[in-house]
Amino acid sequence: MTDQTALQYTEEHEWVRVDGDTLTIGITDYAAEKLGDVVYVDLPAVGSKITAGAVVGEIESTKSVGELFAPVDGEVVEANQAVVDSPELVNSDPFGEGWLIKVAAAGLPKLLSHDEYRALTGE
Amino acid sequence: MTDPGTTETGTIERRSPLDAVHRAAGASFTDFAGWQMPVRYSSDLAEHHAVRTHSGLFDLSHMGEIIVVGPEAALSLDYALAGKLSAIAEGQAKYSLLLDRDGGVIDDLVVYRTGEDRYMVVANAANREVVAKELRDRTSPFETDVFDESDDIALIALQGPDALEVLQQAPGFGMQGPGNDEEDFVTGLERLKYYRAIAAEYEGEPVLVARTGYTGEDGFELYVAPDLAPRLWDALRETGGPRVVPCGLASRDTLRLEAGMPLYGHELSRDILPVQAGLGRVVALTKEGDFVGREAVEQGPAADAPVLVGLAAEGRRAARADYEVYDGEGADAARVGVVTSGALSPTLGHPVAMALVAPDAAEIGRGLFVDVRGTRVAASVVPLPFYKRQA
Repeated sequence: MTDQTALQYTEEHEWVRVDGDTLTIGITDYAAEKLGDVVYVDLPAVGSKITAGAVVGEIESTKSVGELFAPVDGEVVEANQAVVDSPELVNSDPFGEGWLIKVAAAGLPKLLSHDEYRALTGE
Repeated sequence: MTDPGTTETGTIERRSPLDAVHRAAGASFTDFAGWQMPVRYSSDLAEHHAVRTHSGLFDLSHMGEIIVVGPEAALSLDYALAGKLSAIAEGQAKYSLLLDRDGGVIDDLVVYRTGEDRYMVVANAANREVVAKELRDRTSPFETDVFDESDDIALIALQGPDALEVLQQAPGFGMQGPGNDEEDFVTGLERLKYYRAIAAEYEGEPVLVARTGYTGEDGFELYVAPDLAPRLWDALRETGGPRVVPCGLASRDTLRLEAGMPLYGHELSRDILPVQAGLGRVVALTKEGDFVGREAVEQGPAADAPVLVGLAAEGRRAARADYEVYDGEGADAARVGVVTSGALSPTLGHPVAMALVAPDAAEIGRGLFVDVRGTRVAASVVPLPFYKRQA
C-alpha cells in the first residue's frame, strides 16, 4: 500500500514521487475514477526529452481521453510497460503498479502536498 | 492530466426518483441533458459485459414520456411523425422520428400504442420540451390532447439474456385487470414479442412492461410511477442477485454503439435526412396524406450528402466523436467525413465507430483513415451493427 501522504501532486491530477533527481509520475485515484475503466495508455519513449506543461502521453478510457502532462523539464528514463500491457492497473492500483513514467528531472517544480491536493479535489 | 469531469450546464440540476438508491450504491454521476444520472457504479466494462452475458439494470427516468390522446390521436400522429402510427395495434411499439419541414431529425422516438385512442411517445431527455411543443402544435387541428407526463413516469430497463427469467421470478407482478395473477404475468412475458408492451401491475400499481431496449440484447423497459421505482429497482436486484448488475450511462453508450443504434446529437440531427443515417425505412412514404417533412424526404438529400457507415480498426486507439475521416494517410489526403460515435468495443476488443462519410467513400470494405489526435489510424468500412446477439 502506497503512502499517499509521502507523494506530491499537480493540479492536473498527477502524483509525483521524488527520489533524488528521479521522479516517478502517475495519475491519482481521483483522475482514474473520473476517467472510468482505462483501456489504452500511450507513454513517451525512454530517452525522450520532456518540457514542463507539455502533453507527453494519453490515458484512454472507454468514455474519454486523459492527457498526461509533464510536471517538469527532464528526460524519460523509464516507461511502465506493465501498464501499457494491462491498462487496468491505472484503475486498480493508480499509486502503485499503475505508475506511468520515471523522469530524470532538471530541477524540481512547485508541487502540491497531499493535504493541498485533497483540498483541491474536495475529498 | 486535465480533469476529465463532466460538463456543467449551469441549468437546474434534475435528479431521478432513484437518486438516493444510486448514491447508496456508490455510483459516479454525470450531467446528461441537465440530469444528474449514474455514469457507472464501479466499472463500465464490467457493466457492459454483464449486459452481454447476464443482465444489467438501467435507470432511464430522464427520458421524456409524452401522452397523445383523443379520438384523432392516431390520425394526428400520422401527420406529426414520420411513421404510420395508425397502423400499429394496441400493445405495439414503433421506432419513429420527429422531422422538421426540411426533413431533418428533431428527435428519434419510441411510440407505444397504449389504447385505441392513446399513445405514449418516448423522447430523449434533451428533446423532451421541443418534442412536446411540436406534438402540441402539429396535433392542434385534430381532436387530440398532448400531455407531457415525464415527471410522473420513471423508467427502468432490464437488459440482457437473463432479463426474461429475472423478471418472471420477481415477486409482486401481475397483469392488470380482474382475475389475473402472477402466473398470467409469467406467461404474458414469455409470449411478449419484441417491440410489444403489456399493461401489468407491480404491487397493485400500473406498470407498462415493454420488450424494448437500446443495448442489442433481449430485455425489457418498465414504465412506472416515480414513487414505485426504488422498490421495483431493489426487487429486481434482489431477485437476480449477481445476474443483475446496475449499469450507468457509460456502458449504455458502448452497448448501443456495438448494436449500431443511433444516438441523437451524434448520428442524428436536424442537419441530416433519415435516409442518410440508414433510417429510410422509418419514414412511411407510402402512407396517405401529408406529414411534416414529407416533401423534403421525397426530394431526398443531395447526391453528395454524407451517409452513416460503420468503421472498424485494429489496435486499441479509438476514433471518437468529431474526429475527421480521410481517404488516405498523407497530408494531401482528402477529408471524406467525420466520426459521430466511437469507442474501443468491449465485446469485440477492437475500436469501432460510426461516421458520416461521402457516399463515394462508403462502400463496405473501403479503407479509410481517422485522424486520432494527430495520428492517422487505418479503419475499414464495415456493415452495421458491429454486434448482433445469437438468436
